Amino acid sequence: MKIKLLAVALCFAANAHAADRVKVGLITTLSGPNAAIGSDIRDAFQLAVKLNGGKLGGLPAEVIVGDDQFKPDVGRQLAEKNVKVDRVNFLTGIVFSNIMLASAPIAFENKTIYVSPNAAPSPMAGKDCNPYLFVASWPNDAYHEAAGQHATNRGYKNTYLIAPNYQAGKDSLAGFKRYYKGNIAAEVYTQLGQLDYAAELAQVRAAKPDALYIFLPGGMGVNFIKQFVAAGLSKDIPLLVPGFGDDQDIIRPVGDATLGLFDTAHWAIDLDNAANRKFVAAFEKEYKRLPTVYASQGYDSALLIDAAVRDTKGKIEDVEAVRKAMKATKFESVRGAFKFNRNQMPIQNYYLRVVSKDSQGRLYNKVLGTVFKDHGDAYVQDCKMK
Amino acid sequence: MSWILIAEQSLNGLQFGLMLFLLAAGLTLVFGIMDMINLAHGSLYMLGAFLASTFVQLTGSFTAGVLLAIPATAVLGMALEVTLLRTLYQRDHMAQVLATFALILIINELTRLVWGSDASLPMPGALSGPVELMPGLPYPAYRLLIIVVGLAVALLLFFLVTKTKVGMLVRAGASNREMALAMGVNIRLLFTLVFGAGAALCAVAGAMLAPLLAVQVGMGENILILAFVVIVIGGIGSIRGALVGALLVGIVDTIGRAFLPILFGLFFQPRVASAAGPAIASVSIYLLMAVVLYFRPQGLFPARG
Repeated sequence: MKIKLLAVALCFAANAHAADRVKVGLITTLSGPNAAIGSDIRDAFQLAVKLNGGKLGGLPAEVIVGDDQFKPDVGRQLAEKNVKVDRVNFLTGIVFSNIMLASAPIAFENKTIYVSPNAAPSPMAGKDCNPYLFVASWPNDAYHEAAGQHATNRGYKNTYLIAPNYQAGKDSLAGFKRYYKGNIAAEVYTQLGQLDYAAELAQVRAAKPDALYIFLPGGMGVNFIKQFVAAGLSKDIPLLVPGFGDDQDIIRPVGDATLGLFDTAHWAIDLDNAANRKFVAAFEKEYKRLPTVYASQGYDSALLIDAAVRDTKGKIEDVEAVRKAMKATKFESVRGAFKFNRNQMPIQNYYLRVVSKDSQGRLYNKVLGTVFKDHGDAYVQDCKMK
Repeated sequence: MSWILIAEQSLNGLQFGLMLFLLAAGLTLVFGIMDMINLAHGSLYMLGAFLASTFVQLTGSFTAGVLLAIPATAVLGMALEVTLLRTLYQRDHMAQVLATFALILIINELTRLVWGSDASLPMPGALSGPVELMPGLPYPAYRLLIIVVGLAVALLLFFLVTKTKVGMLVRAGASNREMALAMGVNIRLLFTLVFGAGAALCAVAGAMLAPLLAVQVGMGENILILAFVVIVIGGIGSIRGALVGALLVGIVDTIGRAFLPILFGLFFQPRVASAAGPAIASVSIYLLMAVVLYFRPQGLFPARG
């Protein structure tokens, strides 16, 4: 009995003291057609740790990387292992909302902070908001809302919308319509995973819209954009996409056909701040490719953890103190300054970007202007958290 | 809805149907002649696309790359038949399905090891834009090329099967395998050749579609299901059935995706139409299959009388 008490007492003692290292579980998609996205998040996160001399917040960092294989059940298993066996201090990395919704609750139930480098499904901004969730990217609707606002600003009267026939597809077009004031020429839902868009493109040509907005992530977007250009539609109809719809992972396989595409995002390679210049240069040097928005989010996730560990002076067992430090966002984000909303999702700027060529002839997303300043999300009023 | 739109959608349906035909032709012969369910047929389609991307990069020429990928895939297909699939002919269908499903997984992972999870095969520059077929009807030049190649291969196949001795043996094998054996046909060699031809057709489809779609691991699985629908509609073992079935599926799928949501909009409220239209369109080819099977359980052109 005495020994047990002593052990408990020792545990408490250990809790109050600074930890000797930070353990981070990084679960992301590293195989299959979407591997490029997960690789960018992982590479950028590890880059931030490396630039920090292998430390986060002054403590030696151990990053445990796992591949969710684009499967929610695999993601959940990895989360169980990271949280319960590896006893990580932070969990991060997941790309897709469906995998995040299956896996992150493991962290929440065990009072482990999950820092999202991408997925931020709308329920988690509203009624299912959670004190242990910090979103280092953007709420799921935000890019689409910004695109809708841009279409309104440009005065498009008649916009044609295409998205896959599943929840995120419908959410995305709902986000677009929330800020788009013009008429909807048509709202077309295609099969998830569809690769050939000949029939849809013929309908677009016949409808003669002012603009076309598509939410077609990954391989679907690659095919659509190629076929859109091959059909000769790019000359007549402006194509708008969300920021991840024509980033480097799409630009690489599609090539010059992406030139002149407009999109909306919270970050860009040429955003002018010191942290971003350092990040872009270091990323390119380390990995011989340009970073995507996903990479910027992975990097920021690491910086967010770094700042929280630093500001709690390494007492990372005190989760409340860590949360407080995270909320302060006292770090140089590559997107520029931002703050967390009540639901711990970012309030930040969103920019209009266009695919251009840089001085070396490489394609990249150039910032054209600001669409939203200090933009939050539409769900925060449903969040009970203070 | 204008005539131009209908013409364009018909061309789209034709193009899709012809590519499905290339896949279904090989599948229907293997199924019809060898009584073998080969789920790994889609893997050959994928290998054709990956090989084409490599050869196009090596030679610097789209045509040369595609022409090299076809015999290379045929050789791979024949090697697969000789080493592995041959031992499955005597087994029941369930064993064949299990073994060839395993083969899909193995070939996918091997492809990932050799090429990575995707490869690129750019569209030839001269064909990357549209051509004006009629005033007001621009059509992507590359899709026209696919139609031309598809028609040419279909004609060639038709000639081979109906006018040559090998074709006669193939037809004999498809309509009555035991009798063909009894008449002294070298069935082993014939099977290997048919398998190689099927693989070559897969490579044509894979390589031609690659610039439009994406060359990636797993690309064969979805299209394989459609190829099975085609041969069930057309009648197993029949090349003619495969052609008719493929064109029907191509056109029904395209028309369904293009016009069903509009049609529903005429009769229902917009909210109902926008939900039901895409849902019905995505199952339209399966409805077609169900209807065909109800009236003709053997398919449209059964090879066995």
